[in-house]
Amino acid sequence: MSASITLGGRLRPAPGTILRGLLLAGLALLALLPVLNRLPPDAALYVSDFVVAVSGKWICYAILALAIDLAWGYAGILSLGHGAFFALGGYAIGMHLMRLIGPRGVYGHPVLPDFMVFLGYTELPWYWQGFQFFPFAFAMALIVPGVLAGVLGWLAFRSRITGVYLSIITQAMTYALMLAFFRNDMGFGGNNGFTDFKELLGMPLNTAGARAALFYAALASLGASLLLCRHITKSKLGRVLVAVRDAESRVRFLGYDTTAVKLSVFVLSAMLAGLAGALYVPLIGIINPGEFSPGNSIEAVVWVAVGGRGTLVGALLGAFSVNAIKTWLTSFAPDLWLFVLGGLFVAVTLLLPRGIVGLLQKGPGR
Amino acid sequence: MRDGRLYLDGVSVVFDGFRALNNLSLIVEPGELRAIIGPNGAGKTTMMDIITGKTRPTAGTVSFGDRDLTRLDEATIANLGIGRKFQKPTVFDALTVFENLELALKAPRDPWSCLRWRLSGTARRCIEAVLEEIGLAERADHRAAILSHGQRQWLEIGMLLMQDPKLLLVDEPVAGMTDQETEHTAALLRRIAGSRSVVVVEHDLEFVRALGEKVTVLCEGSVLSEGSIDHVQNDPRVVDVYLGR
Repeated sequence: MSASITLGGRLRPAPGTILRGLLLAGLALLALLPVLNRLPPDAALYVSDFVVAVSGKWICYAILALAIDLAWGYAGILSLGHGAFFALGGYAIGMHLMRLIGPRGVYGHPVLPDFMVFLGYTELPWYWQGFQFFPFAFAMALIVPGVLAGVLGWLAFRSRITGVYLSIITQAMTYALMLAFFRNDMGFGGNNGFTDFKELLGMPLNTAGARAALFYAALASLGASLLLCRHITKSKLGRVLVAVRDAESRVRFLGYDTTAVKLSVFVLSAMLAGLAGALYVPLIGIINPGEFSPGNSIEAVVWVAVGGRGTLVGALLGAFSVNAIKTWLTSFAPDLWLFVLGGLFVAVTLLLPRGIVGLLQKGPGR
Repeated sequence: MRDGRLYLDGVSVVFDGFRALNNLSLIVEPGELRAIIGPNGAGKTTMMDIITGKTRPTAGTVSFGDRDLTRLDEATIANLGIGRKFQKPTVFDALTVFENLELALKAPRDPWSCLRWRLSGTARRCIEAVLEEIGLAERADHRAAILSHGQRQWLEIGMLLMQDPKLLLVDEPVAGMTDQETEHTAALLRRIAGSRSVVVVEHDLEFVRALGEKVTVLCEGSVLSEGSIDHVQNDPRVVDVYLGR
């Protein structure tokens, strides 16, 4: 529907149309950034490397926000562990990037990454096999989060674990993974993680061209993820998800296997988070176990809450606006950030249950 | 084997030592409209839970046609053609009346089929027929959240009809309804029965009288009396239970 009927019976543009316009304008503006970055630095419209790098990061966060919104905003599955799926996607691509360093490492070993030489490995662990191939690593960035979400979700949904209990389990999962990835003998570089990447798909990573290519890859992925999520939420499956969110047992009595419904959306959501992580790591140039920290997952949920869960535009608005505040604030008062984040969450929960989107549509409250 | 015959025999359910059902036996024939009444705690809701697979009996037989319901999960039982209307109407507020019925329509229920679902002409006509039957045709595109109490109950009955059930379990349909809504509901249920069995649990004796069919009185988890409304109302045991000694 592109128009809604007011009480007087007259037609006016629906708030959804305005939001959609805003969204398309925002995406178009983002697409211009790497171009403006190529202007001479004294040009009026010049955009610095910093702005391009930060926007690229936010685009990846926006994909993560979409993933969380699909599971939480539509299906009512509040995961406080989506940062883990994001980090696993990042690690999978990180392993590929490490393999591509080859003999260019500090120790000059032809196959083993520096940290393995340092830790006294003599040969590559079996689970590092195959990661020299980009398609394999990219597939793993989606499959590993998907399988983990599949196993966790199957165990939880089958036992009808919902609400806060599921949130706690997912939070524990990301914490456990963080502790595991901090260990040197896991074979993932311990607390240093992976860095010093050289190239990806034949492109040296430290050039403006590579940064622009990665930026556009992230932006295109965001567009594709948005279309995919839109396709799902506009289908009958989307209506089933909303129904499961609002009254799961009623949906079960209608004959739907709600476990399968929730599991499929949870797995897809985890894969989207993995995609976001896989795009993020080459852009940022580092991945370490800190990405698994429970706070990251909670922060991502706050983005969605602030933007407005249950609307795809809301997830994007939230990811961009909260991260803009974070980048601005941490540039002069980094210690304040956690208080502001907590305050935002409380304020949104109490005053704006439908987030920024709700505010734009109808004013605060319900 | 009788198709669509609900058969409960010697069913008991014990929760932490409390006997919610005690050796309950009940048969509902295909096409029958049956009213179940009884004081609070008589086991009416537990009986519904047993039939729909929400609760497992501690002892006894529960079958529908030739299927043993004690071994099936809720979704399978729903797909066998047993629909349940809860006491508290639980329609999906965020969806329109039409979408509520569409979710209930008989169609493949797996996530992939739902993703690829397109509303066909037959499906649309099927939904529109039920909209007419429950009297909500003009409300089709309204969100369920704005319906009145009575309209929500009818929508929920409509959602059960969409699944083309063989047996309909209806829990206290007229609680909180106006007299006119109650009358409308009795007429609706009488129309529905015949082509399918309907079991109605209700407190309101006037409504049960308006249904005009066989009544079963439950008390303390078993059948106290059975027969026409006049028969059970004159049964001294029923009078005892309802009026106290």
